Amino acid sequence: MTQQQTGGDVRLTGISKTYGSFEAVKPLDLTVPQGSFFALLGASGCGKTTTLRMIAGLEEATTGTVSLGGQDITGLPPYKRPVNTVFQSYALFPHLDISENVAFGLRRRGIKSVKKQVAEMLELVQLGDFAKRKPHQLSGGQQQRVAVARALINHPQVLLLDEPLGALDLKLRRQMQLELKRIQTEVGITFIHVTHDQEEAMTMADTVAVMNGGRVEQLGAPADLYENPRTTFVANFLGTSNLIEGEVVSAGTDIVVAAGGGKLRLPTDRCTAPTVNGGKLLLGVRPEKISLAHADDADAIADGRNRVTGRIVDSSFIGVSTQYVVESPAGEALQVYEQNIERDARLTPGAEVVLHWNPAHTFGLDAAQDIDAGVETVEDAA
Amino acid sequence: MTVTKEAPPAPVTAELKVRKPSTRKRLVPYWLLLPGILWLLVFFALPLVYQASTSVQTGSLEKGFEVTWHFQTYWDALTDYYPQFVRSLLYAGTATLLCLLLGYPLAYLIAFKAGRWRNVVLVLVIAPFFTSFLIRTLAWKTILADGGAVVDVLNTLHVLDVTSWLGWTESNRVLATPMAVVCGLTYNFLPFMILPLYTSLERIDGRLHEAAGDLYATPATTFRKVTFPLSMPGVVSGTLLTFIPASGDYVNAELLGSTDTKMVGSVIQTQFLRVLDYPTAAALSFILMAVVLIMVTVYIRRSGTEDLV
Repeated sequence: MTQQQTGGDVRLTGISKTYGSFEAVKPLDLTVPQGSFFALLGASGCGKTTTLRMIAGLEEATTGTVSLGGQDITGLPPYKRPVNTVFQSYALFPHLDISENVAFGLRRRGIKSVKKQVAEMLELVQLGDFAKRKPHQLSGGQQQRVAVARALINHPQVLLLDEPLGALDLKLRRQMQLELKRIQTEVGITFIHVTHDQEEAMTMADTVAVMNGGRVEQLGAPADLYENPRTTFVANFLGTSNLIEGEVVSAGTDIVVAAGGGKLRLPTDRCTAPTVNGGKLLLGVRPEKISLAHADDADAIADGRNRVTGRIVDSSFIGVSTQYVVESPAGEALQVYEQNIERDARLTPGAEVVLHWNPAHTFGLDAAQDIDAGVETVEDAA
Repeated sequence: MTVTKEAPPAPVTAELKVRKPSTRKRLVPYWLLLPGILWLLVFFALPLVYQASTSVQTGSLEKGFEVTWHFQTYWDALTDYYPQFVRSLLYAGTATLLCLLLGYPLAYLIAFKAGRWRNVVLVLVIAPFFTSFLIRTLAWKTILADGGAVVDVLNTLHVLDVTSWLGWTESNRVLATPMAVVCGLTYNFLPFMILPLYTSLERIDGRLHEAAGDLYATPATTFRKVTFPLSMPGVVSGTLLTFIPASGDYVNAELLGSTDTKMVGSVIQTQFLRVLDYPTAAALSFILMAVVLIMVTVYIRRSGTEDLV
């Protein structure tokens, strides 16, 4: 596999897309470094696919520019751009066999001896024996790999993936995630991956841009996004967050917030919102960071930890962990994930409990936002 | 899982209950086929057998015909009328080609570019069917009439000089020339070309065009390598639906042509209805059928569309 070294960063400058009066993508600046695995994550209709299609040239940008390695490609038609796309439905040519599908891009660029390259590429995606089959004779996962091979064989500077795993079942999807990650590491091409599956984005990408309503809400490494969400949308869309509304009592190296009849603390540097004494603030903490103690053992909890008292309303045993829903003055349905190491038999629905966690695991958000933004609803999940 | 909670019915009753409808279900396709089969039998198979027997009969209208296995009729029919056969295939072939050239862009437009006008344009395509075939063909007589606007324009542009040199028209008239017949055929059979073309173009996934563009194909190459090959089923059925009836057509040749442009359809019609030489007419019909069948078979084999349908 020869690596393309002439590539460069993908740079979107003030790019936007408007359909009539609907702003699919609001003016947006984004830089994707060369060789990175970049994910555009968001719910359907957030503008992520439109952004990808503008990079591919399949959609004309209303404003702004797309540049690749310093060269402005905004005005180029798709067939002149050194990028290739793996389409959501694969879009394999039904009248051509697998090897001709894979060879399509090479042939269009006038390369005559494609046989060796095609064989190599089919080997890379482990489909060497399928060269003479037609697309409809392949399973979904195999078609998906053909689509990847057909794009990669051209050594594009950027590979665009538009929900490439959306049509696969869960198990195959997990397998293909690792496969794509392996291929990306092997060929070193920039991958821009569009997905609505936060787990997929976090597993595969080095950098994730969370999009919402045509804007990038936050951009960063998966762990950073997860630990330090800057908006309620990101906090709720990536995993689950407990968001507690409170009133700022004092601010120093730690911010002290009054919430649910108690006082909670968080480090100042983990708060992205401006704090005014007496002002409102949203405190967030991830369910797995919280420990659960029965109310009778409340004295045994170490000093200096954040505490919230409440009552278990629901618990479900997941295997590795048990997930509790706790009702408390601080929040109606606080989520707690407890590892199943030493299970306390008293922690059943109805039990009075104390939730406690390290203040350092608390993050602070601006209370002016919708507290439920990005919460996955039943329709979204379907 | 609510399904597992329900107790399964006792096995014996279940089997009885299942088996009866399954026998009935197996028969359903045959019941559905029955009207079609009957229709074919009465209106196609039986007349065909009757015609086959007529073609090997000898006799006259006064004395009556009887089967004498006189295969000579076929040979005579072929030698007497081979110019009309050749002309039929030539005219039908030309008309089919013209239909394809005219119909493809229109079908492409309806399938990919018409947007909300799609249904309107489709209705316009079949609108001529609301008028009788004969009347529409007669209208062409007026259109192409001597001294009419069309002839005048073609004359002024010196088009007729070229076409008459090619033998398609006369130097100052279009009516009663091969071109008039081909025009009539093209016009009358155009919808039969457009509709199957449209159906097969419309089925092409638009993302395939995007994928081709993404893989460095220019729009022209995309058409050549993706769109056209994928529309082959439509091209094949469209050309068949045009060529087969056109090669047997006699209305256009009768109304728009002259004795020099007679097609085999006219000959068959004349033999049946005026000369009353039934064996020759039947033999001509069979020869035409055989020729068309052979041509169609070769054509379908060569176009290799089995995979796509």
